[in-house]
Amino acid sequence: MTTKEPIYQVESLIAEDIDAYLAKHQHKTLLRFITCGSVDDGKSTLIGRLLYDSKMIFEDQLAALEADSKRVGTQGQEIDFALLVDGLAAEREQGITIDVAYRFFGTEKRKFIVADTPGHEQYTRNMVTGASTADLAVILIDARKGVLTQTRRHSYLAHLIGIRNIVLAVNKMDLVDYSHARFDEIVADYRAFAQSIGIADFVAMPISGFKGDNITGPSANTPWYTGPALMEHLETVELDQVSDQAKPFRMPVQWVNRPNLDFRGFSGLIAAGTVKPGDAIRVLPSGKTSTVTRIVTLAGDLEQAIAGQSVTLTFADEIDCSRGDVIALADNPPQAADQFEATIVWMADEEMLPGRPYWLKIGTQTVTATVQQPKYQVNVNTMEHLAAKTLELNAIGVANLATDRNIVFEPYEQNHALGGFILIDKISNATVAAGMLHFALRRSQNVHWQATDVGREHHAGIKNQKPAVLWFTGLSGAGKSTIANLVEKKLARMNRHTFLLDGDNVRHGLNKDLGFTDADRIENIRRVGEVAKLMTDAGLIVITAFISPFRSERDMVRSMMAPGEFIEVHIDTPLAEAEARDVKGLYRKARSGQLKNFTGIDSPYEAPESPEIRIDTTALTPDEAADLIVAQLIP
Amino acid sequence: MTSTLTHLERLEAESIHIMREVVAEAEKPVMLYSVGKDSAVMLHLARKAFYPSPPPFPLLHVDTTWKFQAMYELRDRMARESGMELLVYQNPEARARGINPFDHGALHTDMWKTEGLKQALDLHGFDAAFGGARRDEEKSRAKERIFSFRTASHGWDPKNQRPEIWNLYNARKTKGESIRVFPISNWTELDIWQYIQLNDVPIVPLYFAAPRPTVERDGMLLMVDDDRFPLKPGEVPVERSIRFRTLGCYPLTGAVESTASTLSEVIQETLLTTTSERQGRAIDKDAGGAGMEVKKQQGYF
Repeated sequence: MTTKEPIYQVESLIAEDIDAYLAKHQHKTLLRFITCGSVDDGKSTLIGRLLYDSKMIFEDQLAALEADSKRVGTQGQEIDFALLVDGLAAEREQGITIDVAYRFFGTEKRKFIVADTPGHEQYTRNMVTGASTADLAVILIDARKGVLTQTRRHSYLAHLIGIRNIVLAVNKMDLVDYSHARFDEIVADYRAFAQSIGIADFVAMPISGFKGDNITGPSANTPWYTGPALMEHLETVELDQVSDQAKPFRMPVQWVNRPNLDFRGFSGLIAAGTVKPGDAIRVLPSGKTSTVTRIVTLAGDLEQAIAGQSVTLTFADEIDCSRGDVIALADNPPQAADQFEATIVWMADEEMLPGRPYWLKIGTQTVTATVQQPKYQVNVNTMEHLAAKTLELNAIGVANLATDRNIVFEPYEQNHALGGFILIDKISNATVAAGMLHFALRRSQNVHWQATDVGREHHAGIKNQKPAVLWFTGLSGAGKSTIANLVEKKLARMNRHTFLLDGDNVRHGLNKDLGFTDADRIENIRRVGEVAKLMTDAGLIVITAFISPFRSERDMVRSMMAPGEFIEVHIDTPLAEAEARDVKGLYRKARSGQLKNFTGIDSPYEAPESPEIRIDTTALTPDEAADLIVAQLIP
Repeated sequence: MTSTLTHLERLEAESIHIMREVVAEAEKPVMLYSVGKDSAVMLHLARKAFYPSPPPFPLLHVDTTWKFQAMYELRDRMARESGMELLVYQNPEARARGINPFDHGALHTDMWKTEGLKQALDLHGFDAAFGGARRDEEKSRAKERIFSFRTASHGWDPKNQRPEIWNLYNARKTKGESIRVFPISNWTELDIWQYIQLNDVPIVPLYFAAPRPTVERDGMLLMVDDDRFPLKPGEVPVERSIRFRTLGCYPLTGAVESTASTLSEVIQETLLTTTSERQGRAIDKDAGGAGMEVKKQQGYF
C-alpha cells in the first residue's frame, strides 16, 4: 500500500472525553453535493478517497478492498478506491457506475451526503436526480484531457437544476506533473464556457484523487495554488437551507392532523422563510387568512420554525385547508395559475406525447397536466436550441403546459419546492419527467370563466332529459358508426335530443388540420371531448364514434364530464374480423404500406379495461347492439 | 435572523416528510418493526411526525421465534407506549417444520424472514411498508430509492427504479404492487446513536455491555439466551462482558467483548472501532460480495 495515512485522524477527544466530543458534534451541519465526471475522470476514486481520508472505511472493508483491488482493480497492486463506491454486482463487472448512489462521510464541521452519478451519455436523468437535492456540484476534469463535451453537459445540467456552488476539480494533476500552466489553461477554457451558459462563479482547484493532493489540506506538489483544499471548501460553503430562510414563508400542506374534535393541525415541511405564533398567514389557492397560534411538536411547542423543518401548525380560525394547499405569508403570497412555460427533462424510454394527460406533482399538489409540442429542445453538448416535435429519453426542452386546475406555484428560480415538478404516466405510473416552471402564461391569468344565467341544468330541464356522452371506441371497421347511427335513430324516435359526432366527419372540418401521428390523435380526441362537453352543457345526449385508441385520452375525456355522464361503449370486434370486413379498404392499404400509423396494424389499440358497455359484434347484430345500448341509457 | 439546522435536525425533518407523504398517498401503510436501534429511531420519528395523533398505521414484527428475550420485552412495551397496534407474524410453515438457525442455516433466514415478510404483507394487504434500512449499511442499499417498488411477487429490480427528484416522491402503483419505504435512508450509524442520545429513545439493553453467558463458535461470540441453545459436547457457557452492535436472531448475532455500559461509552466504542457494523451478522457473507443484493431481489427487506 503506497497511499498516505489518512490526514483526518480520529480525534483524540473521542478517547479522552466522549461527552465533550459529542456535544461538539451535535452542532454539525449537513452539506449535500454531487460529483460529476466522465467515465475515466476518477470520480469514484475521488469519493473513495474522501471516505478513506475521513476514516469512514473500516478494517474489514479495507481488507476486502485490498483483496478486490488485486482481483478486479484497475490500479495494479495499488488500492482501487473506485471499488468502494461501485455498488451493484452488474456494475462491478462492467467497471462503470450506472445509477445514482449516495455516500456518507463526516468531518469536524459537517456531515456530507454525496450523490455519485454516472458520466455515461444515456444517463442524464441520473445526474438530474442526484443534482436535485445538492447544494454544490463538483465537476471533475481529467487534467490530461481538459474541458470535454461531457464537462459542458454536466455543468449545464448542474446550472439548469439551480446549483449555486460549482467546484471545478482538475483531477489527475499527478499525471501532468502538477503543471501550473496546464491548470490555468483548463480554468480559462472552462471560464469562457461557464460564462456563456450563465454560471456566474465557480471555484477551481488542482487535485489528485488517487494521490490525495489538495483533498484534505494543501499539497506540497502545488505550491502555486493558494486556494482551499476540496474538503475545506466543502466544510465552509453556504448552505441552501440558510439562504431559503430569507424568503417569504411558504409551507405546502402534506397532511391534516385531527386526533380529536378539539385539535386541527396542518403538517408540512417548510419550503421557505420562517414562521412563529402570531404570524398572519394566507391559505392558497382559497386566499383565506388566519393567524398561527401554535407550532406543535412532540417535544413541546416551538417559538419559531424555519425553512427545512417539518412542523405542525394550528390556526386561530376554522378555515378550510387540506393536502395540496400552500400556507404562506399573508401579505406576500405566491400566485396560482393553470398555464405555464417550463423546462422539461424527459426520463422515460417512451417519448413525450404532446397533448397526453399526465399526472403532475408539485409540492403536495397532484393535478392532470398536458404538455404542448416543445418550443425547442436543447442539445446538451452544444447548448444549441433545436426544433423538436417531442422529447425522448434524456432530452431537455422548453414547452408550455396546462393543468386541469389552478396550482399554487413560484418560478423554480425563486423557489425549488414550489417550482419543481415531476410528470407521472397515468397508465404505467412511472415517473417520466422532471420539470421546472419558468412563469405563468399571461393568458391563463386573463381568461376567466363567464358566469351565465341559464345553466346546464336549465338546458337539460327544457329538454326533459339527462345529458350524457355515449363514447364509442373500437378498431377501424368495428361497426362504431353503423351502431352509433342506429342508436341515434332509436333515441330520436323516443323524442330525445341527440347529436352524433363521427370521426370521419369531424376530420373534414373542425380537425382537418390534424393527421394520424400519436400527438395528432390525442389532439383530435381532446377537441372532440371539449365539443362533447359543450353539448352536454347544452343538455344534449352526445354520441361519438372515434377509434380513440389510447386509454389515457379516453380517461381524459371522462374526467371532463360530470360524474356518471361519460358512458364508454367498446365496440369489440377482433382485428381479424374487422380486417376481413375492410369496408373502406383501409386495412388493405395499411398492410401494403400505403397508409401509415393505422390502428391495429402499426399503431396500438388499447382496449378499455372496464367499459360501461361492451358490444361483442361477433355475437350481436347492429340492431340488437343498438337496442342494448339504448336500454342501458334509458332503463 | 437566520439559523442553521444541524445535520440531525435536517435528517429528522426529511424522515418526517417522507412518512407523512406515505400516509397521505398510500391506502394501507404499515411499519416494519424489528426492535433494533434503527427501528427504535424510526418509531420515534413516526411518533413525532403525527403528534398529537398516534402514528396512523400498525407496527408489524416479522418474528422468527429466535429473537433475544429482551427484544420481545421492549417490543411489547413500545407498542403500549406509542398507542399503536402491534401485529406479530410467524411463518406457520417454518413453525411446523421447526426451522431453526442451528440446523437449517440460510434456510432459517429465508423461511422466517423473507417468506414470513411476504406472507404477512399479502395477508394484511399492506401497500406500503416502512423499513429501517440505511444506505450506509451495505453497498446495494446505497443505490436503493427511498420509495422502492416491489412487484406483486415482492421482487426488486435495481435497473428499473423510479428517479427520485427533489423531495417529490411518486407513490402511485398498480394493484398488487407495493412500496417499501426507507425513511432513514440517509442516516449513518453514528447519526442513529447521536439521535438516540439526544432524544432519549428507548433501546434494547443488549446494546449496552453486561456480563452475559456466551460461547465462542467460528470466531463469533454467541450469547446463550435461552435453553434452546444446543451446546456441543464439552461446551460450557462462559460469562463475558459483552454487548451487541446489531440485533437479530440470537444464534446468528455475534457479540463484541466490551465494557461500554452507557450510551456515551457505546458511541465512543463505535467511533473508535475498526470493523463495520454488519460484520457481526452472518447474512451478508452468503453468496460472496453480492449477498444482500441477491436477497433483496428475492424479496428480503
